[in-house]
Amino acid sequence: MNRVFIQLKRSFAITKKNIRIYYLKGPVIIFGLLLPFFLFLAYVVGRNMSIKELLPGLIGMTVFFTATSVGPSIMPWETRSRTLERLLCCPISVWAILLGDMISSFIFGLAISIIPLISTLILGVDILNFSVLLLGLILAAFCFSALSVLLSAYPPSDIPATAMMLSTLVKFPLIFISGVFVPIRQMPMWGQIIASFSPLTYFTDMARHLILNSGYYPLLLDFAMIPIFTVIFLIASVKVHEKTLMKRISLMG
Amino acid sequence: MDVAIDVRDLTKRYGDVLAVDHISFKVREGEIFGFLGPNGAGKTTTIRMLIGILRPDEGSAVVDGFDIVEDTLSVRERIGVVPEVSNAYVDFSAWENLMFIGELYGIPKSERVERAIRLLKDFGLYNVRDRIVKGFSKGMKERLLLCMALIADPDIIFLDEPTSGLDVESKWIVWDRIREENANGKTIFLSTHNMDEAQRLCHRIAIINHGRIAAIDTPEGLRAQSVELQCVEVTFNMPVDSKEFLRRGEISKISVSGRKVKIYTADPSSVIEFAVDYAKKRGLRILSLNTLLPSLEEVFLKLVRQHRGETV
Repeated sequence: MNRVFIQLKRSFAITKKNIRIYYLKGPVIIFGLLLPFFLFLAYVVGRNMSIKELLPGLIGMTVFFTATSVGPSIMPWETRSRTLERLLCCPISVWAILLGDMISSFIFGLAISIIPLISTLILGVDILNFSVLLLGLILAAFCFSALSVLLSAYPPSDIPATAMMLSTLVKFPLIFISGVFVPIRQMPMWGQIIASFSPLTYFTDMARHLILNSGYYPLLLDFAMIPIFTVIFLIASVKVHEKTLMKRISLMG
Repeated sequence: MDVAIDVRDLTKRYGDVLAVDHISFKVREGEIFGFLGPNGAGKTTTIRMLIGILRPDEGSAVVDGFDIVEDTLSVRERIGVVPEVSNAYVDFSAWENLMFIGELYGIPKSERVERAIRLLKDFGLYNVRDRIVKGFSKGMKERLLLCMALIADPDIIFLDEPTSGLDVESKWIVWDRIREENANGKTIFLSTHNMDEAQRLCHRIAIINHGRIAAIDTPEGLRAQSVELQCVEVTFNMPVDSKEFLRRGEISKISVSGRKVKIYTADPSSVIEFAVDYAKKRGLRILSLNTLLPSLEEVFLKLVRQHRGETV
């Protein structure tokens, strides 16, 4: 137990390092804010919808994009800048390194996506239970951060752009099948089946429950599915990273 | 003397390629152990296995009393490493790099600060401690990497080509520090292909080639093993004909450069007698006469070629 606690402490050192090196950069923050905003703008313009109706999708997209924005590129960056082997020589487990990566993604995702949530209070949007939605947002940010770490695992590239491109290939289709733009109940049957495999579906559904009182799945199921996806992503991340780590090291020379 | 590193039949394959082939050796506590080999010989793979980054396919190793597979983190707690292909975080300052690595070793902050100040001063980096590493020269970066390896005050230090590509001053700083750390009781595992470095620093040297250990001995022992590579260097006052020397059976090779003759032999004393006699008979004068043991480089080449099955 003591060993696990020690490793957790070291994870936070990784988190602090990541935030300093990868997240606290002007372009990263601006990209994190602008991408969901413009995507959403493209969707909203010309439609006659109230702010309240738009909010579940906006919050879902923001937390999804921000929590997965930098994570996939960290391992390729560490490989390219030749800091990965230095890191692996230290007494820290692979899982603790990945947890550190995940926590930094989580903090970034939560910090930015809380902006639209707070704006609901400023705009006077009536939310059924703000604190429950905040809890859901925290769980979702954690889940998507775990997904971002998984996205960085394969292929074991040392080119951050490759990782970003591949993660975009996964992320964009997920946005369209997860009830962000079209509520689940309005999707055809095949769309609903596919949507059930996306973790984002459960968060947007949860947000619809709590903002519009019109969710598709039971709220408890939404709350249960997000941690289940988180655990799956975490275990898969550790397994795939452990397998590909040596390939990465060999890319360094 | 206690054993710091005990390697038994360590083996690593990359697909069909046998990168490290059942190597066994022991490194004593307080020793500077050189790991010498050409590029691609298996040096880095061996180090990566010993520090727990790579999992061996066969064999075992114990570092500072801990198994490298079963107790990897305990091994890493006790070692400092300068990997061959590594870098400090270039967006961090030297200070931040040391604080970060110190935190990963779980060193309390006050101790981290104290050690970092001492190391940065020792390595001539204290005045640039707050500068971003991006602007550092290669020598400064290498010295910083060494500081990062030493921040945890490890018992065993693994150095993989630590002076490769360094300027003379940085190289000497690193060498002095290696000696100093060793004098303080640290065990040093030094992988290098620099013969001069191995000769200057190491108590014992293992020569590795094609993943196998070709020889392990002290630098002097390795040189003494290759008696046929000894040579007698004679400078006459006039040029001489090398053919007469080659008629002698004990002379394996001769090279003439002006008035200087280098005679390779396993029996230097009879060659000296012959050279003196030769000079007397022809009225020549010997200006200088030296017996030279083979250089480590010559021994290394001989062993590596022998290992490849080439004639030496």
